[in-house]
Amino acid sequence: MESRLIEILGSGCAKCEMLAKHAEQAAQELGLDYAIIKVKDPVAIVRRGVMQTPALVVDGRVKLQGRVLTAEHLKEYLR
Amino acid sequence: MVPEPSRRVLYATGALLGVAAWWLVYRSLEPFGQWLAYRILGLGRGSRAGSAVAFFAFETPKVLMLLAVVVFGVGVVRSFFTPERTRAVLAGRRESVGNVLAALLGVVTPFCSCSAVPLFIGFVTTGVPLGVTFSFLISAPMVNEIALVLLFGLFGWKVAALYMGTGLLIAIVAGWIIGRLKLERWVEPWVYATAGGPATAGTDAPLTWGERAELGREAVRDIVGKVWPYVLGGIAVGAAIHGYVPQDFMAGIMGKGAWWSVPLAVLLGVPMYSNAAGIIPIVQALLEKGAALGTVLAFMMSVIGLSLPETIILRKVLTIPLIATFVGVVAAGILVVGYVFNLVL
Repeated sequence: MESRLIEILGSGCAKCEMLAKHAEQAAQELGLDYAIIKVKDPVAIVRRGVMQTPALVVDGRVKLQGRVLTAEHLKEYLR
Repeated sequence: MVPEPSRRVLYATGALLGVAAWWLVYRSLEPFGQWLAYRILGLGRGSRAGSAVAFFAFETPKVLMLLAVVVFGVGVVRSFFTPERTRAVLAGRRESVGNVLAALLGVVTPFCSCSAVPLFIGFVTTGVPLGVTFSFLISAPMVNEIALVLLFGLFGWKVAALYMGTGLLIAIVAGWIIGRLKLERWVEPWVYATAGGPATAGTDAPLTWGERAELGREAVRDIVGKVWPYVLGGIAVGAAIHGYVPQDFMAGIMGKGAWWSVPLAVLLGVPMYSNAAGIIPIVQALLEKGAALGTVLAFMMSVIGLSLPETIILRKVLTIPLIATFVGVVAAGILVVGYVFNLVL
């Protein structure tokens, strides 16, 4: 099984929670070995060069900023 | 496989037909509203209930249709801008030019108040002056495409242009004033101690038009999907005012003669928060009943430009004196605009 570190950057508003939920669902459907971490600290978020939350970071690379996609669409970013 | 040129012709024709259909439906809405109220429901012409229902039946689909189109269009325009690019443009700029650019970019850069904190930190730690950052933060929520389109749809391009012009002016001047006051010491100290993040964050591949259209559609689903209850609520209130409040009732309280109407409008508006879609129908009804344009615009700007949720979010990075100054300067600007309009128009 492939493994992925998935980080959801955001201060915890509804959009961030939805992104986290969809990302988890996508990872499960892809059969990945994954860990999801929610990064809420604004300093940590800025340190990644992200200014638009929610953001999706996979294995340290920022894949998506400022949008919430369905689990189906997120799969492409998690492969 | 359909060859490329005919595919494009197909899309273009489809788009033109779509626009024509939209326009036809749009033009039939007012007669529809009256038909529904007076023919179907049998309410009397000139009756208050009839008036209110016709207003509601006309305005609801009209506003939603306008919204869908404009949110889509703005979603596509926004796909050309990112906070990262805006930051790059603004970093190290001289104050006055920077304030103007920041206010203009605030209109087109995608911005959600939940990102206010990372965006603020990202800007001020990479050489964007504090005042310039504030110009951006003021214009982003206030000069709002929803507000503009609704104002245009309901009152014509002059009022919409006026709103946009004065909104930008307030953003520029308020940001400039805050910059001149040298209030960096009132930013939470840990903010400046944060080292700036990497220069780019990886998602800058150029988008195709198909992807941009998808972003437009997403924006419509997200925004209209979230906002429509407020639109309905606002139109319902507007319909009630339209049908039941006597003509010129507002002239006494919010009309030109009452000098205290502008400060009252700002005072009421600042703690209130509504999205633009909900408040515009109320604005329309107030204007119809004799409220002065300056007072009503001041009210609207205070409601959508200064929001309690956003100031609470900004409390993470701004000390209370700075928040108070920010709110005070913007409120003062809105006040001046309100008075000037009442005097001039």
